Amino acid sequence: MKDTLTHRLFRTLLIGAALALSGAAHAALTIEIIGAGANQIPIAIVPFRAEEGLPQQITSVVAADLTRSGLFRMVDPGGIVPVPHQPEQLNYPQWQARGAEAVVIGTVAAQPGGRYEVRFRVMDVVKQTQLAGFAFSVASAQLRLTAHRIADIVYEKLTGDVGVFSTRITYVVKRGEFYELQVADADGYNPQTVLASNEPIISPSWAPDGQRIAYVSFERKKPVVYVQSLTTGGRKAVANHWGSNSAPSWSPDGRRLAVTLTKDGGSHIYLINADGSGEPVRLTSGSAINTEPNFSPDGQLLLFTSDRGGSPQIYGMSINGADARRLTFDGTYNVSPRFSPDGKNFTFIQRSGNHFSIAVQDLATRQVQLLTQGGIDESPSYAPNGRLILYATVISGRGILAAVSSDGRVKQRLTEYTGDVREPAWGPLIK
Amino acid sequence: MRKLLAALITAALLAACATDPTKEQEGAAVEDRTAQQLPTVPPVKPADPGAAVKPLGTTQVGGDPLTDPRNILSKRSVYFDFDSYAVKDEYKPVVAAHAKYLTQDRQAQMRIEGNTDERGSREYNLALGQRRADAVKQLLQLLGASPTQIETVSFGEEKPKASGSNEAAWTENRRADMKYKNRGE
Repeated sequence: MKDTLTHRLFRTLLIGAALALSGAAHAALTIEIIGAGANQIPIAIVPFRAEEGLPQQITSVVAADLTRSGLFRMVDPGGIVPVPHQPEQLNYPQWQARGAEAVVIGTVAAQPGGRYEVRFRVMDVVKQTQLAGFAFSVASAQLRLTAHRIADIVYEKLTGDVGVFSTRITYVVKRGEFYELQVADADGYNPQTVLASNEPIISPSWAPDGQRIAYVSFERKKPVVYVQSLTTGGRKAVANHWGSNSAPSWSPDGRRLAVTLTKDGGSHIYLINADGSGEPVRLTSGSAINTEPNFSPDGQLLLFTSDRGGSPQIYGMSINGADARRLTFDGTYNVSPRFSPDGKNFTFIQRSGNHFSIAVQDLATRQVQLLTQGGIDESPSYAPNGRLILYATVISGRGILAAVSSDGRVKQRLTEYTGDVREPAWGPLIK
Repeated sequence: MRKLLAALITAALLAACATDPTKEQEGAAVEDRTAQQLPTVPPVKPADPGAAVKPLGTTQVGGDPLTDPRNILSKRSVYFDFDSYAVKDEYKPVVAAHAKYLTQDRQAQMRIEGNTDERGSREYNLALGQRRADAVKQLLQLLGASPTQIETVSFGEEKPKASGSNEAAWTENRRADMKYKNRGE
């Protein structure tokens, strides 16, 4: 196991070095996977016909996506002649002999106007039936996204869960005293800088439509909440009051934000309109800290962090500020709550000595599970299917992103080689 | 007689130093032992000898009390214990001196910047830094400053003065800084 891990680390480093040498700007984050799911589905991904002529390979991306989830084991498709691209070309006993439970096959054909038709099928090797089959007509720039969508479909057909390979993430990269808010594909490819600043940027939060990001920028020498459109690049300060403005969280309908303001003294939670119009509506009172609001998926509740009981703990309240109640009781430092997409759990950071761990609490039973231990972990954020939690951690003094499966079994590290990465947030499903 | 006079001047100057920001400070001729007679007051350091030959401009001797390193008003930082926003006794004279300055010059506008060490949630640290800034503001108000003179902001853990992940850096970074907005700062 240790050899394997070392090997993986070494390979990861080599990939990083190769990318740095080639100056490739499209793969700033490199992924390393630790652990595996309890039951891995053996699957063969057969290279698509005519794929080798594409500017972007597809099946390698599909295989990497599925492998990264920890729920699949790749079965080598090599050496089977002829290479199957259509269902009738499949010799099922051959694949059964290799232990594959499913096979992905497909074709690529150039179309007029520089487009490509990508057809693929997921075949059940045991039942010898088709599980799914789709055709995409895409421009070359969309080939990678198409691969992620294929991986999503395969994942959904074989696990019953929604795939999140075609989603995006956002995070902040710090290089020296220079900060960049970036948006990248969920596998770390294709990072785009959407804001660059000489002042800190924290707390990016995706709008439910996936087209806007709220964040906190210190560019006016103090924290101000902005909403920025990813389609137009236009941005607006939606909370810029006396004092600090921070911790934006979107309502599920995308029309409001819960934020932390200090304009009336103390850190309190307010609701504001996402376009910045109108007056903030205050939800908390008293002299304690109240911050890090997070909307429930049904829009009826807010989780937040407060030290009203003497130490920072997680509380829940209705969105009109009523019925606040404490939810965490273990330890003296529980912060950064985020609802799971189904609203049944929340993830948060629990401090133990000098360590900060990712924890999940069941709202109904109050049972707590620690998913990481012994690190300095921050800013947990659920994948939209609830199966992974993205977070920031520190390795050798450097900030990197990591993800852990919600059962704690699979961990991934996404390493950026030129800066500190922090404050990740996983974007919504693309509808 | 001369020693007594020197002692009296020193005492007056020390009082001015601690409480009266509008008066310049002269302390070049003070003997060390006069300071020793006032054990509760820190000794006054001899002034830079070069200062005596500088031509006097329109500014007061000793320069701006806010920046004169011999003046308590040049001290701007209040340090805090871990996860605490209580202003410790050792920082109350500094805060008191700034309260007096703000009371005597109602045009003066201050911004207090709260900071924390790097450990824990960035947003919670932003709120904790805010509490630290607010704690200093409350003390300033208690001592006569107007709330409209003081804006409090927090940088949380985002602008560490000391880099590094060790107790020395953390101690330096658990801090609130008092800055004057319309005094060229």
